[in-house]
Amino acid sequence: MSFDLLVSHYNYWIVIFLMMVGFYILISRGNLIKKIVGLNVFQTSVFMLYISMGKVSGATPPILVYPYGEGDVLYSNPLPHVLILTAIVVGIATTSVGLALAVRIKEAYGTIEEDEINAIEARTEAAE
Amino acid sequence: MREEVIVRVGAKVLAPFIITFGLYVHFHGDYSPGGGFQAGVILAAAIALLALVYGLDAVQKVVTPRFVRACAALGVIIFAGVGVVTMVLGHNYLGYNALAHDPRHGQHYGILGVELGVLVTVFGVMVTVFYLFAGRRGRTQ
Amino acid sequence: MSAHLPILQVVVPLLAAPFCLFLKRGRVAWGLAVLASWAALAIALALLDQVMREGVLSYAIGDWAPPIGIEYRVDVVNAWVLVIVSGIGAIVSPYAMASIEREVEAGRIPLFYAAYLLCLSGLLGITITGDMFNVFVFLEISSLSAYALIALGQARRALTSAFRYLIMGSVGATFIVIGIGLLYVMTGTLNMADLAQLLPEVWDSRTVKVAYGFLTVGFCLKLALFPLHLWLPNAYTYAPSAVTAFMASTATKVAVYMLLRFFLTIFGAPFSFDVMALDRVLLPLALVAIASMSLVAIFQVNVKRLLAYSSVAQIGYMILGLSFATVTGLTATLLHLFNHALMKGALFMAMGCVMYRIGSVHINAMAGLGRRMPWTMAAFVVGGLSLVGVPLTVGFVSKWYLILGALERGWWPVAILVLLTSLLALVYIWRVVEAAYFRDFPGDEQTREAPWTLLGPTWALVALNLYFGIDAGRTVQIARQAAETLMAGISP
Repeated sequence: MSFDLLVSHYNYWIVIFLMMVGFYILISRGNLIKKIVGLNVFQTSVFMLYISMGKVSGATPPILVYPYGEGDVLYSNPLPHVLILTAIVVGIATTSVGLALAVRIKEAYGTIEEDEINAIEARTEAAE
Repeated sequence: MREEVIVRVGAKVLAPFIITFGLYVHFHGDYSPGGGFQAGVILAAAIALLALVYGLDAVQKVVTPRFVRACAALGVIIFAGVGVVTMVLGHNYLGYNALAHDPRHGQHYGILGVELGVLVTVFGVMVTVFYLFAGRRGRTQ
Repeated sequence: MSAHLPILQVVVPLLAAPFCLFLKRGRVAWGLAVLASWAALAIALALLDQVMREGVLSYAIGDWAPPIGIEYRVDVVNAWVLVIVSGIGAIVSPYAMASIEREVEAGRIPLFYAAYLLCLSGLLGITITGDMFNVFVFLEISSLSAYALIALGQARRALTSAFRYLIMGSVGATFIVIGIGLLYVMTGTLNMADLAQLLPEVWDSRTVKVAYGFLTVGFCLKLALFPLHLWLPNAYTYAPSAVTAFMASTATKVAVYMLLRFFLTIFGAPFSFDVMALDRVLLPLALVAIASMSLVAIFQVNVKRLLAYSSVAQIGYMILGLSFATVTGLTATLLHLFNHALMKGALFMAMGCVMYRIGSVHINAMAGLGRRMPWTMAAFVVGGLSLVGVPLTVGFVSKWYLILGALERGWWPVAILVLLTSLLALVYIWRVVEAAYFRDFPGDEQTREAPWTLLGPTWALVALNLYFGIDAGRTVQIARQAAETLMAGISP
């Protein structure tokens, strides 16, 4: 793998870096809010993957240039943008459901640290 | 922030412009960047700004939690309803050409209708989420 | 009207869901949910009938012809899964009324039905669509509403199990999106039929293989294949009873369908089995899942959790059928999709009846219930026998084809293992039966049989268990036709 190849695919390196950072936070942190942050970073890396692959070199963003339908304009591929708009909405929905659950877990357990929750659950299970 | 005159007046002046801009983003969304989702978030941001400055209770008197919750449901009905209308008019689901004689106008009306549904839902959901999180006052055990 | 059936399948429950939010009274929302879910079942049956007679149906949304627009494509395989999902949806929704009134606070009941219908339409959407990205969108609709439904459970552990499911489910869905994105990079299309045509040209590319890997992990997370099943037992244990009955019989089934659709229709059986060796990856996982999860189930004291572990083992049977890489094996998988939905639905609904009367599903709390709630426990026994695979029940039919598939490949140790693990199922079912029939009832003398609104739907499923166990001709015929369709792929 040549150096040029490494540099010219820089977008993929950013994506992989973000993906691993997000995944690591998700796995290693016990705090529920931090887990959600990790999930967000992880999802964002996928957004970047889609957006960067829709780029056509030398093309404008996929916004109609006035006068519409005339002239020779090279547009980037708009489809990944549309897909990712949907995925962003899904990400927001997931985040808000996750946060809402975290708030209710805080009310029910008095903590949002996973190991403390596990300890409480183990105690109640033993009491049953 | 209820006593800060500059913040209060600033928010009061800004809010109508934010709402107008949100509507612009919606209605111009078929020719330029924008659309129902962005517009809905901008409208919700205006409500959030007012709530931050004037307090949640004052804003909830005008934009009640029941109203925004109804908005969230209504938007889905508008979206799916546009599809049902095109189906009744003899085209496929969401076949906008059914909405006018000229397909170009049909597409135009269809996309605006669908995006209106998106706007209403996104506005309703965003404000509901904001109310839910802002309305909690440290109720732990 | 019949031309629009594919879209109505999704739109009817989707449109009914927001109306539920406007209804203040729980009973009215329930009525709407029952109507919508039975309408969905009627549509699914009509679609299955149409597909069996006329072949593949295609519906272009917004009049945009595929592969540009989103296509809904119905063949025997997904018509079959649509019937399973909407059938369970239709039977659980009347059951939900009494069960939910007992387990969910009154103010949240309309929200429950809205989430239930959204979940149903999401699952139906995943099944019916012919567009890869649309799969992801519907997957998230169904998953998000499922998290909300599970969080409605009474115990506070429902919250933490919903949260864990949310994290693992979202990771799984994101893996699936990565896979879909990489496939789109290579082919420039999202339409499944179009992809099936274009992919063979780029089989050698590493991108396609990486996409395959991401999709495999994503689907296995969603369908709870061992060792990615950790979200499932708690989620099923602490969700409201009606939700458990619905989810256990549909959600993982649809995930199995997604796996079959992507790996056999889009990539094609030659790529999956010859190039990627999918069968050799899944076979050990399936066997470990069957054996270990059946063993774990034996040691559970909470009967809902016992059944949840048994679900993970049963998913192993479905994946085992796929890993035979033959038409008989796939027939067993598709049969077990249907049969397992019937038996787990019946078992979890029986548990819902117990929950309704005595407020617990702990095995000790069920002591002596055989005399107090004879119909409920009889339903449990029949469902349990079906799970074990006793003749005259549906469980026997799927085990029969599974063993046939194993022998066809000459894998007789696998066939023996299937028989042995059935005995493990007998052990854990027996523990419950022993508690219910051979111990004295310690509790309240007032405990009565569950109301008929709960028993009716439960026994409807039990009756189906017996009916399709005795007369399996029709189901086997459809499953075999679906298996042949999957193995053949999309012909150019």
